Amino acid sequence: MSLDKEKIKHVAKLARISVDEAKVDSLTKDLNSIFKFIEQLNELNTDKVEPLTSILNQSLRSRKDEISDGKIREKILKNSPKKK
Amino acid sequence: MSNITNQSLSEILENIKSKKISSLELTQAYIKNIENAKKLNAFVTTTFDQALENAKKFDNKPNNEQLLSGVPLAVKDLFCTENIKTTAGSNILNNFVPSYESTVTKNLWNNGAFLLGKLNCDEFAMGSSNETSFFGNVINPIGDHLVPGGSSGGSSSALAADLTPATIGTDTGGSIRQPASFTGTVGLKPTYGLCSRWGIVAFASSLDQAGPMTKTVNDCSIMLEAMSGFDEKDSTSINKKKETYSKNLKDNIKGLKIGIPKEYRVDNMPKEIDELWEKGKKILKDLGAQLIDISLPHTKYALPTYYIVAPAEASSNLARYDGVRYGYRSQKGKDLIEMYENTRSEGFGDEVKRRILIGTYVLSSGYYDAYYLKAQKVRQLIKKDFDDSFTKIDAILTPSTPSSAFKIGEKTNDPVSMYLNDIFTVPVNLAGLPALSLPAGLDKQGYPLGLQLIGKALDEQKILNIGYAFEKNCGYKNEIKKWWS
Repeated sequence: MSLDKEKIKHVAKLARISVDEAKVDSLTKDLNSIFKFIEQLNELNTDKVEPLTSILNQSLRSRKDEISDGKIREKILKNSPKKK
Repeated sequence: MSNITNQSLSEILENIKSKKISSLELTQAYIKNIENAKKLNAFVTTTFDQALENAKKFDNKPNNEQLLSGVPLAVKDLFCTENIKTTAGSNILNNFVPSYESTVTKNLWNNGAFLLGKLNCDEFAMGSSNETSFFGNVINPIGDHLVPGGSSGGSSSALAADLTPATIGTDTGGSIRQPASFTGTVGLKPTYGLCSRWGIVAFASSLDQAGPMTKTVNDCSIMLEAMSGFDEKDSTSINKKKETYSKNLKDNIKGLKIGIPKEYRVDNMPKEIDELWEKGKKILKDLGAQLIDISLPHTKYALPTYYIVAPAEASSNLARYDGVRYGYRSQKGKDLIEMYENTRSEGFGDEVKRRILIGTYVLSSGYYDAYYLKAQKVRQLIKKDFDDSFTKIDAILTPSTPSSAFKIGEKTNDPVSMYLNDIFTVPVNLAGLPALSLPAGLDKQGYPLGLQLIGKALDEQKILNIGYAFEKNCGYKNEIKKWWS
């Protein structure tokens, strides 16, 4: 399939990235060449294959639900662009 | 000692231990080299004052029991360092000062090393040439018109130019091994889960893994030993006993079975790479290893799979950069949504934006099954190829890259041609395996080329041993003219 300019503008909206109108053409060209490359996967029949969701043979560890950190409000706020 | 900085890490450690050189003299020597190498643009931030102070502290009270006693190290600017700016090569983080230290760097400091500076890299580690960095491209010490590889391009350049005795990078699709190959250095991508991801700026969390970049295989084993280990703060960290890679390093590889995958011979590959691969096979055979032809049939689908999985994870990981809590904020926009959109548009570079858009699209309603789910299925097939092969072999030998270092600007207008650089490195990330890139020879232009050893999960010791034996018998030596100083 090919991506048209409107579709790309819609995806950019979803991703919360404003796209410069002057750059839409070259972006469309680049993304289409990337998707053409990606779509090689359609050559493969994967009907009977289970998707791989983790490469580790372990399930995620659980931990006690208790606070191990905290009281660092000032430290965290140090990096905010603007604060009251 | 005038030439201390062109020694290997292990030689430097010996010299510090035997007091032939002080940590302060060593640190001063690197600072001088760094100041003379500004043309390479390898550093984003230097921490000279802090390093000199740490060196003096070490000399006053030397502790030589540690793995990295008294050694200054520069690290990729993707590792968060407490109270030191950490940018990930991006404008969106160009004023970010973490209040915490990444586990991997903390491990290095706990082993006696200290920070020398932060190294340039592709923006959010997305790139193969270090040309996507907000702080400008890095130059390969091999030649002033060449890229150093990427994304750990500042790391490879600084290491090859003697600006740090060893370094660390991260590898999501080849970002340690390809720059190592382009600069004639050693680079290891460890098994997924061996080194903690905590405090590393995230790109694609199911693929990201930190690893060492060094001048020798022995150095690589020392650095891996220092940086690896279980970490409660990383949910995918592997809980296992710590290994002593450097002590167990041995060069006897007699009887080991080395797989040679036929799918790694690609069209238009320069003749020299084929010849180098043959040379590598011969060296291992002469050392008593047995060569076995294998097939990894889904190799050609690894890159297309990667370019769905990695951008999908990136689009989700990078959603946090919204200009609200930290990082760059645009001053334009009439409401909150426009502030987000302008912040992200101005804060991210073109390659990062491209990948966020790819990721957003493949995860969006109606396309998820066709792209993301499909890629996860093919990833299973790629992993199975390796699993099947590793029932009959100990390791796999391949070229590291399909070419030597290319020219600055040569591939920037064609994203797919840039992506193809990682054709031999990406399958390993998808399968979570360890792989070592070793300098092995030069092409006809005199640029370094690397060979890659792929191991079973958690079999780092074995590929380090094979690499160690290979290095001793290969006779490769990096000879770089210091044209920049």
